Amino acid sequence: MFQHIMVPVDLAHMDTLEPALGVVADMARHYDANITYVGITTGTPSSVARTPGEYEQKLEAFAQQRHSVHGRPVTAKVYQSPDPIANMDDLLVDAVDDTNADLVIMATHLPRSLDAIIPANGDKVAARTSSSIFLVRAPQDK
Amino acid sequence: MANDDTHQAPPEDGGQGIPAPSGAANLIDTDYVIGQDNIKSSKFGIDFDLHGKVFTFSALVILIFVVLTLALPDQMGPLFAGAKGWLTNNLSWVFLLAANIFVILTVALIFTPLGKVRLGGADAKPDFSYAGWFAMLFAAGMGIGLMFYGVSEPMTHFGTSVNGGSWAPLAGAEGDTDGAIRLSMASTIYHWGLHPWGTYAVVALALALFSYNKGLPLTMRSIFYPVLGERIWGWPGHVIDILAVFATLFGLATSLGLGATQASAGLEYLFGIPNNNVTMVLLILGITIVALGSVVAGVDKGVQRLSQLNMTLAFLLLFFVIGVGPTLAIATGFFDNLLAYFQELPALSMPFGRDDSNFVGGWTAFYWAWWISWSPFVGMFIARVSRGRSVREFLIAVLLVPMLVSVLWMTAFGSTAIDQLLAGFEGARDAANELQLFEMLGQLPLSAVTSFVGIVLVLVFFITSSDSGSLVIDSITAGGKVDAPKPQRIFWALIEGFIAIALLLGGGLEALQAAVLTTGLPFALILLVGCYSIVKGLMSEPRG
Repeated sequence: MFQHIMVPVDLAHMDTLEPALGVVADMARHYDANITYVGITTGTPSSVARTPGEYEQKLEAFAQQRHSVHGRPVTAKVYQSPDPIANMDDLLVDAVDDTNADLVIMATHLPRSLDAIIPANGDKVAARTSSSIFLVRAPQDK
Repeated sequence: MANDDTHQAPPEDGGQGIPAPSGAANLIDTDYVIGQDNIKSSKFGIDFDLHGKVFTFSALVILIFVVLTLALPDQMGPLFAGAKGWLTNNLSWVFLLAANIFVILTVALIFTPLGKVRLGGADAKPDFSYAGWFAMLFAAGMGIGLMFYGVSEPMTHFGTSVNGGSWAPLAGAEGDTDGAIRLSMASTIYHWGLHPWGTYAVVALALALFSYNKGLPLTMRSIFYPVLGERIWGWPGHVIDILAVFATLFGLATSLGLGATQASAGLEYLFGIPNNNVTMVLLILGITIVALGSVVAGVDKGVQRLSQLNMTLAFLLLFFVIGVGPTLAIATGFFDNLLAYFQELPALSMPFGRDDSNFVGGWTAFYWAWWISWSPFVGMFIARVSRGRSVREFLIAVLLVPMLVSVLWMTAFGSTAIDQLLAGFEGARDAANELQLFEMLGQLPLSAVTSFVGIVLVLVFFITSSDSGSLVIDSITAGGKVDAPKPQRIFWALIEGFIAIALLLGGGLEALQAAVLTTGLPFALILLVGCYSIVKGLMSEPRG
């Protein structure tokens, strides 16, 4: 059913990512799918990396570490933006096109009142792409 | 003193250490992790990620100043005004000398091999097109001032120059109309030309260099690394950042309040809308709501698009005035004024031995203190959008192009107004400052349309200042992160509007604006350190 899974990764918040990563591993093995881990970074130094090059290295290392867990083929793709928080939705939609992913698995939070003003990224990506979107809640939100 | 422990970054081949930004660059070796002093939480469903000390103390200082100014208007007003007057009158030489150093350094860098260094590493690609980039530089830098002073300042200097005395630039040209025109345009351009943009360029270049090429966070403290080394992560750095937040927030809030006063006067003049507190509060709310939308949409889709809209409208208005005004006089005036500016530049920028003391203290030093106190905000925003530009390209766009635009703008608006005055129309000269532009436009065809465009421009320029300012404050109070959660930037945009409304209704806008001007002195010294850091930082960068 699915051949290529795209997984948006926020290297600054690995704790919230854990449940989604388990689902990715299970789904990839079940469908024999390839996985692309997508990261978005700034041109300025951030808490994760002091340069975009360092960010790429870290995402690549992360992808390889996940490969050792689930054994499925992985790639890492980095997008750079001067305002990643504001451009997140657009960049993820671009990434779905660029990677040709037929399934996106991403971590998300519980619905909250602020969503009316600032919708969750998963909502936006689902609304603007034709791929299937699987949103995984973080356990501490339950 | 200076910290030399930089190292050449290894190639991007997965070797040990941190790879270069984009191509060769020279990262500073530090163990500090951006955000390590931050407090993170998502209480009540709202995420935040803030530098504990900078945010807390900035918020406290802001609160104390607002409460004091509102509670003790009779004491605080004269105190701030006195401090401002003392600074601009007694220490005018500091401002003049510092600004000269900024200009000399930034102009010289264009022509040295150091101009080849690229911000973000040798292979970095620009984030924005030339049009989008330049529009943002200009809108953040001085857009609004050109609207208000384009007519007002040349007219004022012309009046004082004809009469002579210490308020006239270089003691004026008494009784000599042509000489007075020449002096008034040269001195206006002096205040809006190389010096303000040189000031912005120093901050912007220092921040961009130490952030993109050296790997330090995008906050004011990073400029001090060559002098203070690792101590910038402690209180010396906190104080610099808190001062930057203070100057930016109050600079914006007071401008927003005073701008609303002026826009409201314009609306009454044009449409008869009552000029009262309700109109002004509605204007501030309107500006704040649009600015909120813009900060949420972000730099690319919010600030950039509004800035481009502004530039388009501003150029349409400019070309309209050139087209229907005294076209030939403006065309020849452009070159005459540019020449007069360069000829008078040495005399106008002389810090000592002046016989036009009121002009130096009341105009030049006042402007310099203002540009310098705005420089953390404008400089930081310029730095944020300038990754991928070479130093030479950066300085030409931040220094020379805006200078030429200022010359054209001041020539078109100032010459037209002076032309009207000499032809016998005294309406613009006698009007209040905020109405002089509209009086001048009133003498040209289609004045209802152009005045309306003028009001829209004023409002949108405020929005582009407000949204870029909120992004800057958000980044400083988040310890240099530009990817802090969205609610924070919303918070700052709202606070700015609320403070403007509180001060507008409670009084004290002018008092706090005076307080902002006094931050010009410490920032003048910070910027001089910035000059040293730029040279030191660029010397250690690969060129090409």
